[in-house]
Amino acid sequence: MARYTAGTVAAAALILLLALAPVIASLAEQPFYVTLLSRMMIFALAAVGLNLILGYGGMVSFGHALYIGVGAYAVGILNFYGIDNGYAHIAAALVCGTVIATLVGAVCLRASGIGFIMITLAFAQMFYFLAISFKQLGGDDGYGLTSRSDFKLFDLSDNTVLYYVIFFVLLLVLLAFSRLVEAPFGVALRGCKENERRMRAMGFATWRIKLTAYVLSALVCVLAGVLLANLTRFVSPSYMNWTTSGDILLMIVLGGLGTLIGPVFGAVAWLALEEILSSFDLGLPGNADAFIRDHWAIVLGALVIAVALYLKDGLYGYLGGGRKAAS
Amino acid sequence: MTALTVRGLTKFFGGIRATDGLDLDVDSGDIHAIIGPNGAGKTTLINQLSGELNPTAGVIRLDDVDVTHVPIHRRVHLGIARSYQITSVFLGFTALENVMLAAQGQRGKTFSFWQPVARDAPLVERARSLLARVGLDDAVHTPVSAMAHGARRQLELAMTLALQPKVMLLDEPMAGMSRHESESMVTLLKSLKGVCSIVLVEHDMDAVFALADRITVVVYGRSIATGTPKSIRNDPSVRAAYLGDEEEPA
Amino acid sequence: MTLALFFAQLLNGFQLGVLLFLLSAGLTLVLGIMRFINLAHGSLFMVGAYFAVTTYEATQSFVLAGLVAIAGALLLGAALERTLIAKLYSRDHLYQVLATFGLILVFNELARIIWGQTPIFLNVPDVLSGTVNLFGFEYPAYRFAIITVGLLVGVALYIVIHRTRIGMLIRAGASDAEMVAALGVNIRLINTAVFAAAAALAGVAGVMAAPILSVQPGMGEPILILTLVVIVTGGIGSIRGAFYGALIVGVIDTIGRSFLPAILREVFERSVAQAAGPAVSSMLIYLLMAVVLALRPSGLFPVKHG
Repeated sequence: MARYTAGTVAAAALILLLALAPVIASLAEQPFYVTLLSRMMIFALAAVGLNLILGYGGMVSFGHALYIGVGAYAVGILNFYGIDNGYAHIAAALVCGTVIATLVGAVCLRASGIGFIMITLAFAQMFYFLAISFKQLGGDDGYGLTSRSDFKLFDLSDNTVLYYVIFFVLLLVLLAFSRLVEAPFGVALRGCKENERRMRAMGFATWRIKLTAYVLSALVCVLAGVLLANLTRFVSPSYMNWTTSGDILLMIVLGGLGTLIGPVFGAVAWLALEEILSSFDLGLPGNADAFIRDHWAIVLGALVIAVALYLKDGLYGYLGGGRKAAS
Repeated sequence: MTALTVRGLTKFFGGIRATDGLDLDVDSGDIHAIIGPNGAGKTTLINQLSGELNPTAGVIRLDDVDVTHVPIHRRVHLGIARSYQITSVFLGFTALENVMLAAQGQRGKTFSFWQPVARDAPLVERARSLLARVGLDDAVHTPVSAMAHGARRQLELAMTLALQPKVMLLDEPMAGMSRHESESMVTLLKSLKGVCSIVLVEHDMDAVFALADRITVVVYGRSIATGTPKSIRNDPSVRAAYLGDEEEPA
Repeated sequence: MTLALFFAQLLNGFQLGVLLFLLSAGLTLVLGIMRFINLAHGSLFMVGAYFAVTTYEATQSFVLAGLVAIAGALLLGAALERTLIAKLYSRDHLYQVLATFGLILVFNELARIIWGQTPIFLNVPDVLSGTVNLFGFEYPAYRFAIITVGLLVGVALYIVIHRTRIGMLIRAGASDAEMVAALGVNIRLINTAVFAAAAALAGVAGVMAAPILSVQPGMGEPILILTLVVIVTGGIGSIRGAFYGALIVGVIDTIGRSFLPAILREVFERSVAQAAGPAVSSMLIYLLMAVVLALRPSGLFPVKHG
């Protein structure tokens, strides 16, 4: 199992970099990077969550940002009513997430392939509109939290503390998933991706397996949402916008479908690219710099198309990384 | 003692009668072959027996239990398992992992999230012995994508056996095999007599007459003759139905 | 709530339904025949609207604006199909979805670059700016024209699909695409034609919607999502499903938004109704979709496959 490919080295380097980032940032007196990398890790977490059903389960959900919203709004709503206890936030988020994911997943899994993709998108939009109708939480404009979640044992109002909490959660989920994909459940899920008909002919209750995986992946996104609300101290319907769902999908494909750490690469690379483009200042001739800064969405859009057309194994896969799930 | 009883099985696809009041009795421990010209509805029959297709009418009883409308993933646990005419194995896994997956399906306990399947000694052991049983003990860790067609058919059989069926439905297990491979498969299937009852759909007549205890001839979705290989060989209605239709494997 | 108001909203529902039908007919054909999910369909709708406004500003002719918009959308659709879409037919739906997602980003940003972020407007053509008298009450002539045009297009589509040879090929392709290709029909040409026709229909919808919506970057996506709901509810690949689905969705959405808050106010206490009204009415069609899916996973009028 210890094949030290370039991919394994890159993965280790990435984890190390993320572990040391706040230290480096404070030495360089650039605290902004702590926030930026926090954001990257949050989306990496969401991408890792979605990848459980996408890369390992073969289910293309274009509506997983919904669960980021659920996590964020759990924090937002409780905060609005004066409840700041972090443990209450997480408990509420996970309970709501489980209920919603079970109901939505049950309906979505009635369709397969094309239908599934469209329905997940539609349901995410439904909750998006629902969130906009929360007038007391600012509707379209969103709602600013009075404070971050209070976990008693540590103080999230310190950006560095929040950073390491996010880092810890990401590592925990990666570890849990690394066990899961080799456990009976994970192996069965991968089987469902490759040949569901055969799985049923071997006695597997495939629908139940897929729904369980869907709910698990949703809960990881819920956690990402809780952390996102804390990072930005803000809750907005845009967290569950369908473009966010698309971004997460993109991050997974960019980084490497069906490997555990691929999506982390993808999230970091994609958000880094966004950051670079929107503050582009390389001194190009004419108005090129300003054009790119203002209209970076076109560059990213073109890149998305290129990734969809040409990138088969993602960045991490390109580096030779990982044992791939059944492709 | 009948392991499997089918009465009046009927299946409509729109206006087409794929199965037309078919009766079948499979005695316990028998190898019961189903033969018939192309398009006779043999695969449709297997699909209904396994539970992938819902009959329009009729009854299927397994050991006196009515399983007519039991969905496939539950019917497997009642004792009917099938193999596929077009090899249906998991390319992304090794041979061992394939059989382990089948064994896991039979055992249940799939909702286990922490312990790796590879460290489940009883499961691994069962899978290994099944692979040895079908003659694949040298291919244990070979990725299926690297296996030859004949070996994959053997693997397919191992996976079906892993489901511990009382009745095994084999849909053209010899399909695409060389003469040598077919002979090995015949020997293997003979060795399974007594382990379970087998319903065998096949076009390879040498194999059918070498293996079958009883043969049922199906034409246009109904059974036109049932009996021992000898009586079927001499049956005039069977000859008429089969005139010019006998196939030799490649 | 008067009968006149209800009738007006019912017609508005039909009008929305007709627009949705134009969009979903094309999208469901592309889905059924080429098994391709085109999320950028809403962008083609947006392009139609923008071309219409720009042409009108240059020529003051609504007819010319319509023609340019439809032709533009058709050509753009054909070009897209040849350069990008056709490469993705054999790929997993994930990549189709990603690629068309990228297209949306590109189109929206292009619209921003060319026309700016602020919405632009097209006035209802003078000849249609009055009202028509329907069963004794007045209804805006322009909206009535939309319904009429939409129904005419529907009839034309029906004739093409069910009464012509090309339509027969399309129906066969929707049922069994491989078989049609195996019969030696030039499937590449049919694919381009179907995609371009779908784009043209989106363009028609864009032109007609321009005077009643604000034309701005991103206007296509809300409509796209409604279109997806229509297709899922009606049945993938089914034009009949698109027709009835679109009318049902259009009517339920419009009537729901107009009357549900009032109904809730009758039944529940004021503050609950105030909060729940807009929320529930915007969720109504998704709930409808969920119910249909729970009972009939292939939709209301599914296509039978060979």
